Amino acid sequence: MLRLFQSSLGKKYIMAVSGFVLFGFVIVHMLGNLQIFLGPEPLNRYAHFLQSMPELLWLARIVLLTMVALHVWSAIKLSLENKAARPAGYEGNPTPVAASYASRTMLMSGLIVAVFIIYHLLHFTVQTPAVNLTGQDFKTFLDPQTKHHDVFRMMVVGYSKFWVSGFYILGMALLCLHLSHGVTGMFQSLGLKNEHTGKWIDRFALAVAAVIFLGNCSIPMAVLLGYVR
Amino acid sequence: MNLTLKVWRQKSPNAPGRFITFQADGVIPDMSFLEMLDVVNEGLIEKGEDPIAFDSDCREGICGMCSLVINGVPHGGHKGTATCQLHMRHFKDGDTITIEPWRARAFPIIKDLVVNRWAFDRIIQAGGFISVSTGGAPDANAIPIPKADQDQSMDAAACIGCGACVAACKNASAMLFVAAKVSHLSLLPQGKVERHRRVTNMVKAMDAEGFGACTVTGSCEAVCPKEINLTFIARMNREYLAAWFKGK
Ligand code: HEM
Ligand code: SF4
Ligand code: FES
Repeated sequence: MLRLFQSSLGKKYIMAVSGFVLFGFVIVHMLGNLQIFLGPEPLNRYAHFLQSMPELLWLARIVLLTMVALHVWSAIKLSLENKAARPAGYEGNPTPVAASYASRTMLMSGLIVAVFIIYHLLHFTVQTPAVNLTGQDFKTFLDPQTKHHDVFRMMVVGYSKFWVSGFYILGMALLCLHLSHGVTGMFQSLGLKNEHTGKWIDRFALAVAAVIFLGNCSIPMAVLLGYVR
Repeated sequence: MNLTLKVWRQKSPNAPGRFITFQADGVIPDMSFLEMLDVVNEGLIEKGEDPIAFDSDCREGICGMCSLVINGVPHGGHKGTATCQLHMRHFKDGDTITIEPWRARAFPIIKDLVVNRWAFDRIIQAGGFISVSTGGAPDANAIPIPKADQDQSMDAAACIGCGACVAACKNASAMLFVAAKVSHLSLLPQGKVERHRRVTNMVKAMDAEGFGACTVTGSCEAVCPKEINLTFIARMNREYLAAWFKGK
């Protein structure tokens, strides 16, 4: 077990497995939220369904937070070791041969995504009024019929602020940049790539990253453009 | 053709180094890169100056000694070409060429463009071998080996241990080298016996030498003179995981 936390390959496994869980969550989370296009009733019913099982909800939250912690820990630890392994660069700092932009900026895109996640949690999970820029308290939004939390209205009001939606779109752009390389890296790190599957996995990574970007951004865009209100 | 060379010069491991500019005049396009440096060195020796130190041995792309970063790219950036196989016809008259040593903490500079690659030897000593004595050469087909395994093993065995993969990697990771060695041996029946112990010990030695980890940028495979590719790293990751599950 110790070897997993000490060796370079072990830390790559931790990063890949935690990344995989987070990646799975991002997909499920997106599918759930796309229900906004079905109208207030289905979305609020889904939200209430999740809220009605606090034990499971908290279990999921704890697992996800643990995964974020493991992912960020391994990312930072490995990045520091990688920096130490290469104390001097080459003349004129040439960009490393063949390395894609996404692959060179994984730590940066990841860290900005972390900031975005904190904002997103304060915005819609903790519902801190100070960060939503609307002057309203989302906790007071109740569905007129069911008296349950009106998540639909929270999202519409939340995304109606241009700067808030803009930050979400930026966050998604960076997450998808991160995933366009991260998903291939994940298969590579776990040894699941070979000469036949390799190029399909690379294409799959680009495709899911694009789908996640478009799917998630469609929500703030639809609100800003007045399509969902 | 006439060229300007910007060469890294460093007297000893701990002395500060710097770039010195040399003029290489009358270079013939058919010369190899190292022959061009030989000519420059002859000029320096005639003038009573210290020649530029660089590594080479076979000069036919099979030993892995030559190790120059040319214009920021290890081995100069021509597909499947080691520095000694790089020819001056790839350059133009009047070019300025920057020549640097491999840069990695695990490859300390000895002098000028020569680095110490013992770290690779120590990784090999940790497991890059087959322990049993194989005796005399057996009959070619005495042990049947699937063609696909044999081909892959041979592809991995092409690694000449030059270290360009480390030099190119932004993390100075030695994973392509270690993966090539691990794959080469564990794909064959004689090497399979020790596969778990081998990968564990080699990765441990690799980490201990202070090489970085792989972030799948692909720089290593792009510069490798033997075109070892990233799928071997995936294979090593698989081997290491299997060894860990087996508790070895
Ligand atoms: C919270 C801040 C985050 C940081 C600091 C971070 C950082 C990193 C870094 C440095 C890598 C290694 C890059 C490489 O191996 O080339 C990585 C890989 C990865 N990240 Fe993140 N990341 C973060 C968040 C996320 C999130 C939210 C997800 C999922 C949606 C994610 C998914 C992945 C995946 C799948 C990998 C590939 C694993 C591998 O290469 O083995 N990351 N991350
Ligand atoms: S993998 Fe390629 S670049 Fe690395 S040491 Fe072997 S031959 Fe050189
Ligand atoms: S000198 Fe032997 S490979 Fe270049």
